[in-house]
Amino acid sequence: MRSKWGSVVVPDQAIGGFMQQDDTSNEFSPWNDPTQTPLIEFKGVTKRFGEFTAIDNIDLKIYEKEFFALLGPSGCGKTTLMRMLAGFESSTAGVITLEGQDVAPLPPNKRAVNMMFQSYALFPHLTVAENIAFGLKRSDMPKSEIAGRVDEMLALVQLSTFAARKPHQISGGQRQRVALARSLAKAPKLLLLDEPLGALDKKLRQETQFELMDIQEKTGTTFVIVTHDQEEAMTVASRVAVMNHGQLIQVNTPDRIYETPNSTYVADFIGEVNLIKGKVTPLNDDIVEIHWAEGEQPLAGRSSETLAKGNDVTFAIRPEKVAISKERPDKAANMVQGEIIDIAYLGNLSTYYVKISTGQTIKAQAANNRRISRRSYTWEDPVWLSWTDTAGIVLTR
Amino acid sequence: MNIRRLFLISIPYLWLLALFLVPFLIVMKISLSDLAIAIPPYTPTLSLSDGWQGIKGFWAALDIENYIFLTEDNLYWKAYLSSFKIALVSTALTLLVGYPIAYGMANASPEWRPTLMMLVILPFWTSFLIRVYAWMGILSKQGFLNQFLLWSGIIDDPLVILNTNTAVYIGIVYTYVPFMILPIYATLEKMDASLIEAAIDLGCSRLKAFWLVTIPLSKSGIIAGCFLVFIPALGEFVIPSLLGGSRTLMIGKVLWEEFFSNRDWPVASAVAVILLLLLVIPIILFQRNEQKQREAEQ
Ligand SMILES: Nc1ncnc2c1ncn2[C@@H]1O[C@H](COP(=O)(O)OP(=O)(O)OP(=O)(O)O)[C@@H](O)[C@H]1O
Ligand SMILES: [Mg+2]
Repeated sequence: MRSKWGSVVVPDQAIGGFMQQDDTSNEFSPWNDPTQTPLIEFKGVTKRFGEFTAIDNIDLKIYEKEFFALLGPSGCGKTTLMRMLAGFESSTAGVITLEGQDVAPLPPNKRAVNMMFQSYALFPHLTVAENIAFGLKRSDMPKSEIAGRVDEMLALVQLSTFAARKPHQISGGQRQRVALARSLAKAPKLLLLDEPLGALDKKLRQETQFELMDIQEKTGTTFVIVTHDQEEAMTVASRVAVMNHGQLIQVNTPDRIYETPNSTYVADFIGEVNLIKGKVTPLNDDIVEIHWAEGEQPLAGRSSETLAKGNDVTFAIRPEKVAISKERPDKAANMVQGEIIDIAYLGNLSTYYVKISTGQTIKAQAANNRRISRRSYTWEDPVWLSWTDTAGIVLTR
Repeated sequence: MNIRRLFLISIPYLWLLALFLVPFLIVMKISLSDLAIAIPPYTPTLSLSDGWQGIKGFWAALDIENYIFLTEDNLYWKAYLSSFKIALVSTALTLLVGYPIAYGMANASPEWRPTLMMLVILPFWTSFLIRVYAWMGILSKQGFLNQFLLWSGIIDDPLVILNTNTAVYIGIVYTYVPFMILPIYATLEKMDASLIEAAIDLGCSRLKAFWLVTIPLSKSGIIAGCFLVFIPALGEFVIPSLLGGSRTLMIGKVLWEEFFSNRDWPVASAVAVILLLLLVIPIILFQRNEQKQREAEQ
């Protein structure tokens, strides 16, 4: 369905199904289709706690079957946004609609929305199975089917053997999975997940991420997920919203957010980036020159915006797009010389911190396809850094 | 085994021995003695000056006559039963009054909680006896309550409340309600508010969420509060004798009368021993509850 799924390393057994469907002409992108009506729409929504503005005039559309990720620093208002969707907070100004209906008059128990709480909120006096059955018992599901559904959910989160335990008798990660199973059990139209996988180890987290995507594929539930882990957002999300101080800074697909951040804030927040400040001189087409240091060759980059000569800009380039070499490269749009001051070994990759003549440090990343002892570069080596004119992006914000 | 540890462990045991076991054994001994017109008003008394013979004679004079007497006279088992009933009813009433107060306190904004807590404890700052006397002033035929009700036209004839069981219930509920509020408040206060939200999110109404989540989670507080009220209420003496009528039968009152009116220390002691044995059962249950809760918290 989604093109990006092809590029992700998927466990073997899961890969067959959607690889063939990986067809860009049929890409899932309702946000580009003006005829689509959104499942959720925020129109000028503001939320204040007393004097403090937690959500600041947000406009946002989330479409059915989306896997929508909210990313942002602690305290930026992610949980508040979720709680407004679930019905636990009312907006100070603006309207939130669910399927075109204003949700303000609907109490939380009347909304087809379930939430997985950041603190899990498992009922300590009930067993794991009873916790999962709690919502089902409140629904119109016949009694005879509840046990079956609970077993199904337990199997999904691999907790079948823990059904009879109380929440305090299982581990933190297991608790998190119980909370997930409980919120999924009622198969809600919209599922809100507040940092659902934070307490899981990396392997289990990846498995659960694929499970989540699988569940979403099967049930057609719309997911809104809060996460601190940008890799997770990149993996699971159809779109990502980057928030700061109660505002949406950028909303786009993960690859667009990564490749074309709209501001230095987003570029810096998502992944690693080198930021170089300078003054711009537009050349032909969308190529611009950036004068960033006295006596240095100006940098060449692209900008989709029309810039006037002399504007202050920031040139952003990802470390993996910076090539590192001992010899001066023959023909590169941009190159600078420097000295390696530090190397961060990340296993498959190494990040080289290169100090250039202006005193700035530029990060370059290269794959470690040789054993560490036979590595080409080491500390204090003079090296050349180079990149193409399309590798970086020129930011004005 | 080091001496320091032995010493530390022995302190609570010595305390129990001196303040509980020794007095209990003395009362137990008196309950096995016979009434006598003497000081103290029972025989035998142990005198070691007679040597071995004296001790032997002392043991021979002890018997369970007083306990047999308790079973022969209806008064006593009726008094035990009636006390039990009054303690049970007033515990239930205290729970009905105390729970909403505790719930309100736990849901009040944090800066108000210490003040509310103070207000709950405040009555303890004056003498218990004075507070019970004050209730006499409120509940009597010409008391504040009747005056108010007559004045406002709700009733035409004054209500007879003082010297009835109703007054005893009012007195017990009033006196013991802090003991109900505090443990319930303690459990409610540490409850995670997101649990209620989770229950509502999963389709409960507020009331249903209260019933399915709040009540079960405050269960240990409710049980602790009930025992803290029930145990002293069972042996209560001041409230029934000041607020209750001649027909209010409570074992505490019977005990007092045996001691001070009849000066029958042996029978009074037997009554006390039985009361204590009866109380041991709820006390053990209470301890179990506390222990279970502690285990659950670990
Ligand atoms: N009930 C409240 N009263 C006052 N301020 C609140 C309340 N709830 C949240 N806030 C404030 O609103 C801001 C946003 O809070 P929120 O919980 O949405 O953050 P978050 O993005 O979820 O953070 P985290 O990643 O740490 O969970 C915070 O500064 C918080 O202090
Ligand atoms: Mg949060």
